[in-house]
Amino acid sequence: MSEQTLKRVDLIFGEYSNEKYKVLATSLERTNEDILTDLLESGLRGRGGAGFPTAMKWKYAAEAPGDEKFVVCNADEGEPGTFKDREILYRVPRKVFSGMAICGRVIGAAKGYIYLRGEYKFMVPELKKELESYHEHIKELGLDFTIEIKMGSGAYICGEESALFESMEGGRGEPRNKPPYPTTSGFMKKPTVINNVETFVNVVMIMRLGPDQYKKLGTSDSRGSKVFSVSGDTPIPGIYELELGMPLDRFVDEFGDGDTKAVQVGGASGFCVPRKKFNDTVIGFEGVPTGGSMMIFNSSRSMYNVLHNYLEFFEEESCGQCTPCRVGCQQLLKGIVAVKKGEKKAVYLDQLMKLSESMKITAKCGLGQSVANSFSSIVNNFKEEMIY
Amino acid sequence: MTKKINLTIDGIHVGVDEGATILEAASSLNIHIPSLCYHEDLCVAGNCRVCVVEQENSKNLPASCATPVAEGMVILTNSMKVRMARKHIVELLLSEHNADCTKCYKNGLCELQGLASQMLTGDHLFLDLVPDKKYTIDMFNTAIIKDDSRCIRCQRCVRTCEELQSVSALGVAHKGNKMKISTFFEHSLFEVVCTNCGQCVNRCPTGALIERNYIDQVWDAIYDPGKHVVVQTAPAVRVALGESLGMATGRIVTGKMVAALRRLGFDSVLDTDFTADLTIIEEGHELLTRLKKALVDKDPTVSLPMFTSCSPGWIKFIEHTFPDYLPNLSTCKSPQQMFGALAKTYYAQKRKLDPKNVVSVSIMPCTAKKFEANRPEMRSSGYKDVDFVLTTRELGIMIKQVGLDFEALPEEKFDSFMGSSTGAGVIFGSTGGVMEAALRTAYEIVTGREVPFEGLNILPVRGTEGEVREATIKIEKVKPEWGFLEGVELKCAVANGLAHAKTIMQNVRDGKANYHFIEVMACPGGCLGGGGQPIPTNKEIRTKRKAAIYQEDMGMPIRKSHENPEIVEIYKEFLEHPLGHKSHELLHTSYTPRKRY
Repeated sequence: MSEQTLKRVDLIFGEYSNEKYKVLATSLERTNEDILTDLLESGLRGRGGAGFPTAMKWKYAAEAPGDEKFVVCNADEGEPGTFKDREILYRVPRKVFSGMAICGRVIGAAKGYIYLRGEYKFMVPELKKELESYHEHIKELGLDFTIEIKMGSGAYICGEESALFESMEGGRGEPRNKPPYPTTSGFMKKPTVINNVETFVNVVMIMRLGPDQYKKLGTSDSRGSKVFSVSGDTPIPGIYELELGMPLDRFVDEFGDGDTKAVQVGGASGFCVPRKKFNDTVIGFEGVPTGGSMMIFNSSRSMYNVLHNYLEFFEEESCGQCTPCRVGCQQLLKGIVAVKKGEKKAVYLDQLMKLSESMKITAKCGLGQSVANSFSSIVNNFKEEMIY
Repeated sequence: MTKKINLTIDGIHVGVDEGATILEAASSLNIHIPSLCYHEDLCVAGNCRVCVVEQENSKNLPASCATPVAEGMVILTNSMKVRMARKHIVELLLSEHNADCTKCYKNGLCELQGLASQMLTGDHLFLDLVPDKKYTIDMFNTAIIKDDSRCIRCQRCVRTCEELQSVSALGVAHKGNKMKISTFFEHSLFEVVCTNCGQCVNRCPTGALIERNYIDQVWDAIYDPGKHVVVQTAPAVRVALGESLGMATGRIVTGKMVAALRRLGFDSVLDTDFTADLTIIEEGHELLTRLKKALVDKDPTVSLPMFTSCSPGWIKFIEHTFPDYLPNLSTCKSPQQMFGALAKTYYAQKRKLDPKNVVSVSIMPCTAKKFEANRPEMRSSGYKDVDFVLTTRELGIMIKQVGLDFEALPEEKFDSFMGSSTGAGVIFGSTGGVMEAALRTAYEIVTGREVPFEGLNILPVRGTEGEVREATIKIEKVKPEWGFLEGVELKCAVANGLAHAKTIMQNVRDGKANYHFIEVMACPGGCLGGGGQPIPTNKEIRTKRKAAIYQEDMGMPIRKSHENPEIVEIYKEFLEHPLGHKSHELLHTSYTPRKRY
């Protein structure tokens, strides 16, 4: 195993500047156009997993007509195998608040919300204390932008942005039809920027370093670094900030236990990459994107069990509103069990594969469109484990 | 002017208004995209995904009902990809659905069944999920049955209950594979705020929400030689029944309906319009009495505005939602219940029948009437006043059961007595009708002259769907005994659909409105859009039924309730005078405050 093949970075978790909210203060001295230009130049894409260009999102919201706008920080972090936002909010909350405040100034919002995963309730007292200090500083800086915490209630689907708004508004967590997109009709049907926790921190990093310095990390499609949650069959599970665009084989070299059979990239709704594809898989928007979850499986694991577990999760966590996701998940689960038991012939997997394709293109929301990813990638690569 | 958006659908260029959906654009080209959760009356849900289409340069298939058109869009509604996906979706719905069609009340009328037959789903692509589910059937309600095993979770009912009716008795519970349409704490419909209006039944695409039918009980009564079965037919039935039997929307089928009922074997075919006229006499006098108490006696206990009480969905709504306003409800029973009470008293006496052998059946455009007939207070004849309530749809089924060629039937007349009616009785079937009928009579009682509107048509109170209608009628040159009403401006309001009723009630409660008389009908468009009317329903259909009702009114020789000769007769022979002792015993009732939960 080669030493230190991956570039470890210390941007996100890097120390605060000496002076509290210094980056925020200097950023607020700049014009909105300047900030947007830097963001665009940096190539920053959303860190929640979908990778929408952040500068564009902010620009659309800034241009959207409306007297009231909102900034929402998505800290629902429900994807199985992801636990990096908790760490970010725990260790560098000021960077998150600063990113939100900069966004608020750029789009013209006076109110920000952190939608915090229900299970992270224990963090609230600390965050509130930190927010008090933030509110004092923001007053001194002369910006009208307050931040409030809204608690989630534990539904996976509420990480989907429009379901998150429904939940924040007190409704049932169900995704909305798109268009309209959040930048024109988000929280309370007002123009809203919703970004992942990590995205806001990246904004602050770009403000501090400048886009040129930031761009030195990553590839042309995937700029910057990313915080990964590494779990599974690894001697060193934990949270690591790594450069984007890394080849998967080097990641496995460094984090695997020497017997890695597959890596599930992007959590239960992500893709399973088998050993034979490690060397031509890139972790980034040009290859396999991830919100941060990297689950490593060694040869002692049954991929059937892994898939069964994911499907059980989705069968329960689908909001249930649209047919492909609600019934599709149940069919995939019942289907693999039937094949395993021999109640259905192995060719039934082909039928299910076609179904998974339909689910991907017809489901109402981003979650529904991705629930079948693990099914198709695991069944394609480990078919024999599904049958025997 | 609205901006035009140009797009191409299946190779055809089309320009449509900005904001239109792909589904609407396709429909303007007569391209019918199949759909399930979509309903013209409701907000867009986009959750069944049956209506997906292919969009050029897009990986995903958007739902055409939920996607607005965009300039230059290229859409395919029947590509290979679309057909495969759509078939998968229908197969998925079927796999979760109790497809025991021959045992289903909606067999032949089910939208899912229609799609399944279109898509040749006989090969059952996927596993049957129904055995894994613990579906429940709520059979405890007298009006509506809810069978979760037939539900496809399109949420039309939920949207109906919330948006159109602001009742929210139905909602979505749980998630994922356990997601279901449910009530508060999964109680039976009879234990929750449900008003039994049946608007959800009208919109349910499958057999998940249906009326409780009493067809077999009615047949039993008809075939029982010891029973004398009288049937009454509500005003809105005669303008919609034809739809159930393959006729065009908006056809008036009064005569054929009477002929059909006779052939089904009812002993006497009578008309609810008769008691609608009676309601007007009683309710008109009640209003005038309340006005006198308020204006002359300055009685602080008198409750104004007075609300109409003909719509049992509205009654249950106000009992749950605004119980403090129950004294404002007219104490008059609905025409159905007045009829029932008289059928086993006045009618039985006149026909020399033992009331215990009289079975009274009503044909109603309504599911809430089934609940109303079962109220404990509706037994003032000493028997259950109305034994069985059938919806327009159920009558349609009975007519089909005996193989009558409905369209070829001759036009026959109602039996007498309690069979004659006026135009005023007919318009009870439409929103604003009770108000108009009441004004035609009350104005004349007070002034001795006809209402000052051309052809008796009081257009300002003719309700319009989707709004609260207000009107002011100035009372002038009154008869001496009504002197206290001289110059009074009678303020009226009309609402249809419970969401609008709620708006009116809130205005009344907040003191923003000082009406004297308010007519409320629980269903959109009034009874003609009732929960027991033929399916489907939409604004166009209701508009045609409404036109038919007013056409029927115009064609009646008598158009004012107090001129109905049988009404004159019943007061002479039996009731003596309006609001008299007998009236109070038989024609008036009281109400029960109920909780929200």
